Amino acid sequence: MTGTLLKIVGLTKAYPGVVANDDVSFNIQEGEVHALLGENGAGKSTLVKMIYGLVKPDSGDMAFKGTAYEPSEPQEARARGVAMVFQHFSLFDALNVAENVALGMAEPPKTRELAERIRTVSEQYGLPLDPWRLVGDLSAGERQRVEIIRCLLQDPKLLIMDEPTSVLTPQEVEILFATLRKLKSEGTSILYISHKLEEIRALCDEATILRLGKKVGTCTPREVTAAQMAEMMVGNELHRPEREPTTPGDVRLALKDLSVASPSQFGTSLKNITLEVRAGEVLGLAGVAGNGQDELLAALSGEITNAPGMVVLDGTEIGAKGPGPRRRMGLLTGPEERLGHAAAPNMTLTENALLTGAEREGLMSNGFLKWGKAKSFAEAIIDRFDVRTPGTETVARALSGGNLQKFVIGREVMQRPEVLVVNQPTWGVDAAAAATIRQAILDLAAGGTAVIVISQDLDELMEVSDNFAALNEGRLSEIKPAKGLTMEEIGLMMGGAHGMEVAHV
Amino acid sequence: MIFLEKRPQPSKTLSYITPVLAVLITMVAGGLLFAILGKDPVAAIRIIFWDPLFGEFAFYYRPQLLVKGGPLILIALGLSLGFKAGIWNIGAEGQYIMGAIAGAGVALALYPLEAWWIFPLMILAGALGGWAWAMIPALLKVKFGTNEILVSLMLVYVAENFLSAMAIGAMKNPEGFGFPGSRNLQQYPSAHNTEIIAGSGMHWGVAAAFIAAILAYVLLNRHLLGFQIRLTGEAPRAARFSGVKPARLVLFCMGTAGALAGLAGMFEVAGPAGQITTGFNVGYGFTAIIVAFLGRLHPIGIVLAGLLMALTYIGGEAAQSALQLPAAAIQVFQGMLLFFLLAVDVLTNFRIRITLGETA
Repeated sequence: MTGTLLKIVGLTKAYPGVVANDDVSFNIQEGEVHALLGENGAGKSTLVKMIYGLVKPDSGDMAFKGTAYEPSEPQEARARGVAMVFQHFSLFDALNVAENVALGMAEPPKTRELAERIRTVSEQYGLPLDPWRLVGDLSAGERQRVEIIRCLLQDPKLLIMDEPTSVLTPQEVEILFATLRKLKSEGTSILYISHKLEEIRALCDEATILRLGKKVGTCTPREVTAAQMAEMMVGNELHRPEREPTTPGDVRLALKDLSVASPSQFGTSLKNITLEVRAGEVLGLAGVAGNGQDELLAALSGEITNAPGMVVLDGTEIGAKGPGPRRRMGLLTGPEERLGHAAAPNMTLTENALLTGAEREGLMSNGFLKWGKAKSFAEAIIDRFDVRTPGTETVARALSGGNLQKFVIGREVMQRPEVLVVNQPTWGVDAAAAATIRQAILDLAAGGTAVIVISQDLDELMEVSDNFAALNEGRLSEIKPAKGLTMEEIGLMMGGAHGMEVAHV
Repeated sequence: MIFLEKRPQPSKTLSYITPVLAVLITMVAGGLLFAILGKDPVAAIRIIFWDPLFGEFAFYYRPQLLVKGGPLILIALGLSLGFKAGIWNIGAEGQYIMGAIAGAGVALALYPLEAWWIFPLMILAGALGGWAWAMIPALLKVKFGTNEILVSLMLVYVAENFLSAMAIGAMKNPEGFGFPGSRNLQQYPSAHNTEIIAGSGMHWGVAAAFIAAILAYVLLNRHLLGFQIRLTGEAPRAARFSGVKPARLVLFCMGTAGALAGLAGMFEVAGPAGQITTGFNVGYGFTAIIVAFLGRLHPIGIVLAGLLMALTYIGGEAAQSALQLPAAAIQVFQGMLLFFLLAVDVLTNFRIRITLGETA
């Protein structure tokens, strides 16, 4: 079981404006579970897409079992023995399991035969699955089994799994891990992509860590702590906060024991979150994606309502109020998802300005809209935040991500919020636009607004925050002053302290 | 290879052109259908589209255009609000029936009293009847998350049976020699929905349809509620974020659609139909769905589409008698109109790319 299965040398792939992978090299041994670790946007997905033949590298070489390997399409990759289970499934609800598996095959056998093979493989690897069931009736975990079995039927040498546990319950995770261990014992190599550190420690033999497209290190997960891996993942070169903590003003927003059941099946419920933000303060909330950020924003925007006393704005209990009243009182929010959440894709910028600005900006009277004023408001946002667009009558989806982000953040900033909460304010935005947005946030705070910035970008948080905390599994860590925090401490706050619930294997 | 490529912005021009295009394609395909049935396609299309407007008997057909178009427009306007927000009220036919029964019920209860307030009271009752019937699927959806499409549709059949029960039971004309059907409201002056201008076809229901079109236009373009309706249809999550209360929107849209359908039914029973009979409803509630989409869910578009649809009804009847076309052929013809409209609609959001040779 020794010998290199896949050898990757100097893979580089650049997209306009961003180098997704920069000279990445590593090897996967036969029968090894190899982790690919990194934050969102670190380049994990691009890398595996190159291995699976979905993306062509700009430069670099790969060798599979000692011979050159340059897959131009997934079919070629599959023919060589590389299979991949995607994060998002491509299954048809209205077809049964066997039919779905058949769809992915070049020359499917008769359904009855195939069903028999599915049953055999599923029993062999401890993934119970009835080939005759409709996919529409299956749970997410079972759907993933369909995808895995689809791969196993090809008898792969290398199985790539992209964030497989993000849709699984803890029990399903255990079953999956047992399967992966069995595969490994039979000599199949697995490339396991994740940012869940405890899982990687439980499962993987080797880990390659990516950061901003570059390989920044390798480690043997069993021999290091989760905090050490987190540190490698987010990098050591953190900008130390340049801001002196301002003299704290009055408490503007307080969360008291906020618990929220996630509305979505695979969301993260918030558990007993207590925090205070004072006038002029920026509170930075870190955390790996999917640890309750969306739910926290929804609980603050009023999209999720709770017991009145759980959210207190300037001394008023507003937990049970919806988005409208909260906005009226000065609590403004900026969700992570630009298109479809912060903005309506097919509506014009004027209409999108109205989306949250109608009341505070006086864009209507007695329910009747003042389109002229709405247009002026949109123009003002475009002007101040340098939004590149042909005009206010352009639909939101025609704007680039960065420009739309400037628009939706600008829309909230220009409404002079008392409290502003933003989630991933500079996600996918170029450096100049990100700087504009961060500056606007700092200016607001200087003017006495209390700000909460939820972000996965630690550099950003260190740049803007006075105080710092992290979300982990829906719980909030202790809040500490951002100044003087060490990487070790941040790592512990993000994942080390509570211990992960997901991967007790 | 032919590709569909998403346009960066939906084409405004094409959204105006596609309904016309759909009508033209329907004429061609309909002509083919009629030809297969052994009829002269050109004559059939002429009888359906041209003769009612400009033919020898146009003086008779033209007022019919308003009589038939009025209820279609009124119902379609109500439906369009919900459709814009992604709320699918398919049961306007039932709401139409219940509005008629409520309106006629008021009149029949008060007969033979003559008073000026009877007709306004009937209008109110008609609207309430339709509204209440629409509230059933609306409340079930809001409270229990039921599917409004199924519930509203099935309530149509309940309403139809209720109508029959009324026509041969409680509302049967005591002086009707045992025939099913209520008293004829046309012969009850206080309850009769008369023509505003004699011989024009312009009865109060038609006036109500035009007023509703103006109000709907103002609502959708000038009022926050209209904005919220559009926003909910475009991006439900953004609507929630904006502060739209989905439940309230469901109640408003279903309620308005029900009330307008109820009004249409009431004006019909008090005017052109005259009485509650077992065959009172002729499918306006369903055809209005086509009208709403053909009119691009836009109030002005709906007025035009309603008139066009009325034309196919009138022309269709003429073609049935002149060419012995089966009634089903006309219904297929109307269905084709919606079918082709939805098909060519793709062009507003996508453009067609034709590339020769290999695929990318």
